[in-house]
Amino acid sequence: MTAIQKKSDNPIAHLTAEDIELLGKQLDAIRQSVLDERGESDARYIRTVIDVHRKVELGSRAVLLASGFPPAWILGTIGLSVAKILENMEIGHNILHGQWDWMRDPKIHSTTWEWDMASPAVQWKHSHNQLHHTYTNVIGKDNDLGYGIMRVDEDQKWAPGHLLQPVWSFLNACFFEYGIAAYDLELGAVIAKGQTKDPEFRRRGKEVLRKIGRQVRKDYVVHPLLSGPNFVPTLAANFVANVVRNLWSNSVILCGHFPEGVETFEKRSIEGETKGEWYVRQMLGSANISGGKLMHLMTGNLSRQIEHHLFPDLPSNRYAEISPQVKALFEEYGLNYHEAPLPQQVYSAWHKIFRLSLPNGWLDNTTPANLPKQLVKLWKMSTGSRTVRRRLTLAEMAG
Amino acid sequence: MTVMQPSPSPTRPRLTALRDRLLRIAELATTPLLPQDYLDMVDPLRSGAALRGRVEAVHRETRDAATLVIRPGRDWLPHVPGQYVRIGVDVDGVRQWRAYSITSVLGRADGCFTITVKAIPDGTVSNHLVHRTQPGTLLHLDQATGEFVLPRPCPGKTLFVTAGSGITPVMGILRNLADEDAADVVLVHSAPTADDVIFANELRGMAATGRIRLVEQHTDTAGMLGAADIAALVPDLAERSTWACGPVGMLEALEAHWAGAGLADRLYTERFRPTVIAADGEGGTVTFTADGTTVDADGATPILDAAEAAGVLMPSGCRMGICFGCVLPLREGAVRDLRTGEVTTAAPGDGVVVQTCISAAAGACQLDH
Ligand SMILES: Cc1cc2nc3c(=O)[nH]c(=O)nc-3n(C[C@H](O)[C@H](O)[C@H](O)COP(=O)(O)OP(=O)(O)OC[C@H]3O[C@@H](n4cnc5c(N)ncnc54)[C@H](O)[C@@H]3O)c2cc1C
Ligand code: FES
Repeated sequence: MTAIQKKSDNPIAHLTAEDIELLGKQLDAIRQSVLDERGESDARYIRTVIDVHRKVELGSRAVLLASGFPPAWILGTIGLSVAKILENMEIGHNILHGQWDWMRDPKIHSTTWEWDMASPAVQWKHSHNQLHHTYTNVIGKDNDLGYGIMRVDEDQKWAPGHLLQPVWSFLNACFFEYGIAAYDLELGAVIAKGQTKDPEFRRRGKEVLRKIGRQVRKDYVVHPLLSGPNFVPTLAANFVANVVRNLWSNSVILCGHFPEGVETFEKRSIEGETKGEWYVRQMLGSANISGGKLMHLMTGNLSRQIEHHLFPDLPSNRYAEISPQVKALFEEYGLNYHEAPLPQQVYSAWHKIFRLSLPNGWLDNTTPANLPKQLVKLWKMSTGSRTVRRRLTLAEMAG
Repeated sequence: MTVMQPSPSPTRPRLTALRDRLLRIAELATTPLLPQDYLDMVDPLRSGAALRGRVEAVHRETRDAATLVIRPGRDWLPHVPGQYVRIGVDVDGVRQWRAYSITSVLGRADGCFTITVKAIPDGTVSNHLVHRTQPGTLLHLDQATGEFVLPRPCPGKTLFVTAGSGITPVMGILRNLADEDAADVVLVHSAPTADDVIFANELRGMAATGRIRLVEQHTDTAGMLGAADIAALVPDLAERSTWACGPVGMLEALEAHWAGAGLADRLYTERFRPTVIAADGEGGTVTFTADGTTVDADGATPILDAAEAAGVLMPSGCRMGICFGCVLPLREGAVRDLRTGEVTTAAPGDGVVVQTCISAAAGACQLDH
């Protein structure tokens, strides 16, 4: 993929400025229709989900007290994984977006909520709500594009280090919550710039460590201790549940912005961007996961990533009902509503991670027949000087 | 919200301390949630919980008024007759807080207290409480508060002047009046018709047994009582301490009359809403410094209402300028007091605080919250 502005077949070339403004107005109207109706049934929805989560979490942890008994371990671990997923996705993510602030319930409010995850809510809100949602898919601005550690776009220069990218990506997926915490801290950039002594960074770093401390103590000390003789199996159950939750949320998030065909944007392109243009960027920079009610619930309705990015603060239970209207607008304006089942989107995202771990064009040009030759070329590019790399890259792209 | 910490029952301070210690230990296992979050699922009225109440019954009083019997949480402290309680109720999914006078006798055998609400046209909360609230509903509460109470010892001769739902705090007082304090009580009450008189039977009963002297004025047919009419009806007015509760206009007329007669210090009033006189200024953008939220507020809307409508969690109390439960530091900018039109400005470091419930933005301003 290449930033939309550099594409020969720019998918928004056919839209005039007036089209885009009109589209913006139509989307505003959809948003307003939800605001007008928002009320008691929505409040009941989120309270029910919270209630179910608490019961499942408590029940699973109780079952795990007998985790030495294998069926109890299996049941408890599944339950705890489900609880943690619900808590992070449909509950935490959406409350921290302010989707439920309108209820004025101090217990379900973006300013008071804390979630079951390594990154403290305040820090995540800043990097997610203010940066990612504002600069969605703008190369060099939206750090969610590869979390600053991955090459996620052809426009980013390839280096031999990128060959390890699939390994990093997989590890990042397993321990995603810590990856997010480091990313919210901008740990990579701070270390690279030698700013680790900055007092503000230290304060935030301490906050993260305190949060991680509390989380680790609960999952890996207190709960196992309460299980008495079943200390080790309970600890293992917590570990598995955390990894399952991490893999799941990582997959859902990959599906939201990484599948092939999702557009990226140049920094320049968002200068003086109108509301309508911002909407268009959200429309083309996001992808949906198709599926049933359960899929939507377990993804925190990020399966409606497009609708979520258009209207990040509408209650998540409403995305389903507006999605046909949003889809109709895509059709009306000749835009591609990117939607596919989870396995397909996950495959697509990982395929991209592999493809971009290699020099531009390499994977496309490789067939079983020319594999040995291609491997030799890759070896030369990885070990050769920069000039060699550039020459070979150009040759590769020419096919 | 201004949540008053219930003071622990003096007979059981050690138990309370032990409970709090246990909860802190339990938090190690429930973080990021609190153990209380789980306990709330089982027993929302328990001691130590945020103060709540459950509606046990709703009794119709008139066509637009009803009495709600509320079982308060176990940390509820006894009120003083005449005081009000703040009630938080979810209407259309949105938490709304309003003040209501307590109308019940102290120390009811069932441990409940009552409030009596009159639905006003287009009123969000009053209509919900009167017409759409079912027994079993959970409400959020603060401890009772308010200054509209009889002094100790009780003055010998008292006069109560009420109109409409203004009878409620007075009923709260009358029902709790000890016999020796009820020696000489006059109540002048106005309502549109005989059928609109809340507590009509009970009041007429009190009058029949001679406990009070009741003057009922049905304003649809007999017109409104002016302050001078009241003086004529109650010739020994100057010897009485007077408590009044009703519409703003009535209270202002009484205050003027009593002041004119040199009796200002013998008149006690309770207002249900502020007198708004300055509703036509320019508004402005209000910024909350804690998280940078901005809210566009017009010059007629209290900052409290504008911020709440935008989803900001605001501290609040009576919502009419008497309790100071809504006070926030004004870091910079200008606000206008809706009751007087007076503009307050602040620069950083001035340490100015403002009541958001009766202040509207008068240009851009920043509040520390
Ligand atoms: C100390 C105190 C004690 C109170 N005790 C009682 C009580 O015992 N019983 C009771 O019924 N009410 C009582 N009130 C009034 C109550 O708190 C609410 O203001 C009232 O129920 C209206 O709320 P609402 O949400 O229905 O109206 P809102 O939706 O807030 O207002 C709707 C419209 O009615 C106007 N309005 C607001 N309040 C009044 C009013 N009191 N009279 C006429 N118009 C009004 C508003 O300006 C607005 O235009 C008390 C208020 C205070 C401050
Ligand atoms: S809420 Fe009581 S003074 Fe403002």
